[in-house]
Amino acid sequence: MLNINNLHAEIDGKKILNGLSLNIKPGEVHAIMGPNGSGKSTLASVLAGNEAFNVTEGEVTFLGENLLEMAPDKRSHLGVFLAFQYPVEIPGVSNINFLKAAINEHRESLGLEPMSAKEFLARVKEKSKLVELDNKLTNRSVNEGFSGGEKKRNEIFQMAMLEPKLCILDETDSGLDIDALRIVANGVNQLRNSERSFLVVTHYQRLLDYIVPDYVHVLYNGQIVKTGGKDLAFELESKGYDWIKKEHNEVSA
Amino acid sequence: MAAEEQEILREVTNSEYKYGFITNIESDKAPKGLNEDIIRLISHKKNEPDWMLEFRLDAFRKWLTMTEPEWAHVQYQKPNFQDIHYYSAPKPKKNLNNLDEVDPELLDTFKKLGISIEEQKRLTGVAIDVVMDSVSVATTFKEKLGELGIIFCSFSEAVQKHPDLVKKYMGTVVPKNDNFYAALNSAVFTDGSFAYIPKGVRCPMELSTYFRINEAQTGQFERTLVVADEGSFVSYLEGCTAPMRDENQLHAAVVELIALDGAEIKYATVQNWYPGDVNGKGGIFNFVTKRGLCEKDSKISWTQVETGSAVTWKYPSCVLRGDNSVGEFYSVAVTNNHQQADTGTKMIHIGKNTKSTIISKGISAGVSNNSYRGLVKINKSATGARNFSQCDSLLMGDRCGAHTFPYIEVGNSSAKVEHEATTSKIGEDQIFYCLQRGIGEEKAISLIVNGYCKDVLNKLPMEFAVEARKLLAISLEGSVG
Repeated sequence: MLNINNLHAEIDGKKILNGLSLNIKPGEVHAIMGPNGSGKSTLASVLAGNEAFNVTEGEVTFLGENLLEMAPDKRSHLGVFLAFQYPVEIPGVSNINFLKAAINEHRESLGLEPMSAKEFLARVKEKSKLVELDNKLTNRSVNEGFSGGEKKRNEIFQMAMLEPKLCILDETDSGLDIDALRIVANGVNQLRNSERSFLVVTHYQRLLDYIVPDYVHVLYNGQIVKTGGKDLAFELESKGYDWIKKEHNEVSA
Repeated sequence: MAAEEQEILREVTNSEYKYGFITNIESDKAPKGLNEDIIRLISHKKNEPDWMLEFRLDAFRKWLTMTEPEWAHVQYQKPNFQDIHYYSAPKPKKNLNNLDEVDPELLDTFKKLGISIEEQKRLTGVAIDVVMDSVSVATTFKEKLGELGIIFCSFSEAVQKHPDLVKKYMGTVVPKNDNFYAALNSAVFTDGSFAYIPKGVRCPMELSTYFRINEAQTGQFERTLVVADEGSFVSYLEGCTAPMRDENQLHAAVVELIALDGAEIKYATVQNWYPGDVNGKGGIFNFVTKRGLCEKDSKISWTQVETGSAVTWKYPSCVLRGDNSVGEFYSVAVTNNHQQADTGTKMIHIGKNTKSTIISKGISAGVSNNSYRGLVKINKSATGARNFSQCDSLLMGDRCGAHTFPYIEVGNSSAKVEHEATTSKIGEDQIFYCLQRGIGEEKAISLIVNGYCKDVLNKLPMEFAVEARKLLAISLEGSVG
């Protein structure tokens, strides 16, 4: 479904990704871990099409399409969803209106009529339950005055509403207490199915107790240097990253 | 700024003014120029009583001694006042009793403006007075309002039929020598709207005036006078458009509102005069004096959405004379391309426990300049007065300017005055967030801008709010930075 081949990317002339390759099949959950500055969030941003990053080499195909040539909104229409590490506030725009606009733009790209108000509200009701999102929050301005936990829940709520094919979670666990983490993870798990894939970027193994991955990749110096099953996450948790850095540096030396 | 954004910014400049058509109807024009004879001609054409002519001549003599104000943060080629037609009326001019008598071309014009009068009449229940060039063309719903004792008619008709009311209130809020443009208007105004709401009456529908400049080289000088008698309520709407012409045209209006004890007036404007082309050629000079007088326990709210005009100079104000009176000013001013706006309000607190609120939202794009200029004045007598002001500016791109000139004069130590101001750039992170959710760039900007203006747009009557939202979207098409 998603094929990343030899991806190189930089920001402000600084190289972040150095030939990263990764394949994700439908229904798989891949976790990306790695020390600070290894390029985890950059990978998420590049896949979503953030123009602050400059792709210098490599290919990314998604559902057979050349993702790198597509505008961010077109990627979204194709089914790429990014749950932001720092969700953005949009004052004066209600969550509901924002989502209605998003859903209808998705439908328009498929040549469909806007969703009826009834159907839309039914979906809001259903999906907000997934992450125990208060009705009040759905009517408030997008992320404005939300707590850290509410913002992350809102991201998963939006994800549920848009029903994407590839969900990228960029450090969704950061800043969450244990209860919020459980709620968010529970929401994500309910969205798992045989068609939908996940790319979970995280610092800590903690999240992976709840969202159990099929694969764990370690990112270091802009490359995937180690891949394993969920046990790799436990190993990283107990041993840290130094042994991986050492291994990698020895190989490249 | 990325090259692509520059490109998009340039695109804005191509978004066209959609009201720029010209209506081919015959008109009856006075020769160009301004002198006492022209004023006598206007007065004669309108069959005015002597006192009205005297008012005009007195204003004209005062105007001759005045100079054009230069303190505003705008630059423009001053109009040549001798090169303007001061009277232009669509022909044939006769008294119209119903819409069937209106020139079909003219009706067509209003359809193009999206205000089919017939439809408005049937569906919305909005009473409209339409002022084309300078003459009022049709006032709908007159009879229905008449049953409640409400007078809503053209200014000329009011001069003929309700001279006592006009004489009593005209020039009491904006004196004829108030400022250069108010004096000019007082001398040469040709028409406008008049509304009177009797004691205790709640006007059951929105009253609305649509202004249109059609003829070349004419100026539009209309006067609006709204009197809300004790305990009455009225909501008044005003919209404006003009054809695209290469030369600048002058619009110098005077609006006077009078809210007697316990009355409330809501006055909303959606101003969309032709702003000039992408290079700043042509467009309307909009030099307008709007002021309201509040007596005891009364309230006046000004709500304005300003998207048009090449140069705007406008400060809808409230004189809070009566105790416990309330003044409000809600404004969205958008400037794009070469537009310049210097707009804001004055809140003059005289009575005790008077309250005022100012919410101003400026949006600048292109190479435009957008200034907020406001005065909050608390007189010595205004014990317990309160003001809250919030002035926000939103910048799009890096070639435009936003300026805030708040003046606060407090003469009573019991007063509370709060002022908040912010300036922000439309965030690329906000746009990216919208894009990631599948919302295209144009739509994203429209969402963000509408959200930014929400506090003001919420104050507009429903159908006007819809129009205002569309107008904002058109005015700012693609202007990201």
